[in-house]
Amino acid sequence: PALAGDFGLGRPALPEEIAAWNLDVRPDGTGLPAGSGDVATGEAIFAERCASCHGDFAEGVGNWPKLAGGEGTLADPDPVKTVGSYWPYLSTTWDYINRSMPFGDAQSLEADEVYAITAYILYSNYLVDDDFVLSNETFGDVQMPNADGFIIDDRAETEYPKFTGEPCMQDCKDEVEITMRARVLDVTPQTEEDAATA
Amino acid sequence: MTESSSPKPTTRRAFLRGAAAAGVGAAATSAAAATPDPLITEVQPWAQGFGDPVDETPYGLPIRFESDVIRRNVEWLTADTISSINFTPIHALDGTITPQGCAFERHHSGAIELAKEDYRLMINGLVDTPLVFTYADLERFPRENHVYFCECAANSGMEWAGAQLNGAQFTHGMIHNMEYTGVPLRTLLQEVGYQTAGKWVYVEGADASSNGRSIPMEKALDDVLVAFKANGEALRKEHGYPVRLVVPGWEGNMWIKWLRRIEVSDAPVESREETSKYTDVLEDGTARKWTWAMDAKSVITSPSPQSPITHGPGPLVISGLAWSGRGAITRVDVSTDGGKSWQIARLAKPGEKMALSRFYLDIDWDGSEMLLQARAMDDTGYVQPTKNQLREVRGLNSIYHNNGIQTWWVRTTGEAENVEVS
Repeated sequence: PALAGDFGLGRPALPEEIAAWNLDVRPDGTGLPAGSGDVATGEAIFAERCASCHGDFAEGVGNWPKLAGGEGTLADPDPVKTVGSYWPYLSTTWDYINRSMPFGDAQSLEADEVYAITAYILYSNYLVDDDFVLSNETFGDVQMPNADGFIIDDRAETEYPKFTGEPCMQDCKDEVEITMRARVLDVTPQTEEDAATA
Repeated sequence: MTESSSPKPTTRRAFLRGAAAAGVGAAATSAAAATPDPLITEVQPWAQGFGDPVDETPYGLPIRFESDVIRRNVEWLTADTISSINFTPIHALDGTITPQGCAFERHHSGAIELAKEDYRLMINGLVDTPLVFTYADLERFPRENHVYFCECAANSGMEWAGAQLNGAQFTHGMIHNMEYTGVPLRTLLQEVGYQTAGKWVYVEGADASSNGRSIPMEKALDDVLVAFKANGEALRKEHGYPVRLVVPGWEGNMWIKWLRRIEVSDAPVESREETSKYTDVLEDGTARKWTWAMDAKSVITSPSPQSPITHGPGPLVISGLAWSGRGAITRVDVSTDGGKSWQIARLAKPGEKMALSRFYLDIDWDGSEMLLQARAMDDTGYVQPTKNQLREVRGLNSIYHNNGIQTWWVRTTGEAENVEVS
């Protein structure tokens, strides 16, 4: 009862209202509803609801996000960041699918369907076997490969000391050469007027 | 100076327009006019007849001659235009306040239409009494007004690996700066009686993407605003009508639009937008998370590729923007020789915390080539780094938080190009 205001505005939220909107799931599984789904069921739902953008094997279609693959590429020149290669927590996959997917028809999936789709994405990333059943009880058994891949913002230690102090004002370097030009790359959008002039 | 290769014969609209205007300008500034100017000697229609009546335009748009001062998008950046970005025409603006109608947009499931009557804000979690507020309720809390910049974490992100997009609008235009009216989040948290175990708030929008983010309680209690007006009027639909979060100095993704729920909790949610996205991969493959603050940054908006010099040699106004998410801009230096030497520019007014500052350097351009750069400093003593200095720490794949110094190569024609220099 600390720090209560006293404007008397708003009204108490009802339990049904909180349940309808409070859907987020935390890394430790807090927020997960009871339910379950297996890989095979997930594959069927994925084919129907997800594969047109994300591919039959969650590998991505065209410019749409890849959900599987990219293991061991994070230090490569072009890292492939997927659920399997990059995402630290399984909770995020469940939570995001449940609230915001399919794109254009969000919040249309039942909890069991979300479990099944999540199981299939894990399978697509070779993280579980094809008979795996994901549930609110088995959720904690899954280890995400990049769980330890994140550090908390360390700019205060790694950058601030380098980027403070009185900067050079005169004779700061002997030579300046142009090393790269956007016009050579030529990927800036043009208007119809531009195109007509070109 | 060396060129890495010769330019392709592509768009030259700005260049041609600039060259034509330069001819006119040169004539107009010559010592003496050869013949009388008919715009002066002949009575013009606007000096004779009527203009538009006052009932012509209940809510006006810019005059048609300014039709190029608009948001632009870059098709190849995203898979579709629903979860996508567009860019503020900063190359054509001046001062610091961004007109809402051309202020950039970033949506993850489109700009939704949410009426005030349908609006609900829930605060739940570790609170004494979870509450639901209507829009009308929010207007009854004490208000504050503040000017802040909102910069997308990905602003300049396409430039990590080198000079790519040719224009300040595209390289630096995921930003706007508005005067917000709203209620401090602190006030609402006090109204629900947040508990001392509440170390975080999770904030989410009413749209399908929800865009949920976790914010530490210290920030929530400090300067975060629940805003319903911007630049004097209601928020635009695409900017979160009727209510958005304003998170001063922090990456734009956290400025939740169509704000519908605030959950007080003892731990962060680690949502999609703070794990898969808005985490910054370093060279060794590890990634930074919770890189909330936007560091000090600047860009010269004119001259720039979309805003070439059109008047020939002589007096030239170099104009630009500087900002810092850590505090106020205290100084901006400008170089015309690619960083060999620097001059202190003039701030149009003293820097304000977490808001855009306008700077000017007035020079007498002799018509020779320039490599223009600006370098911002903030009141924490931070000096805007070069792109190479950032790359030395982070590598090339951070995507977000590129605040490196921008270079424009100004040619003898007045044409400008986005380049990188050694």
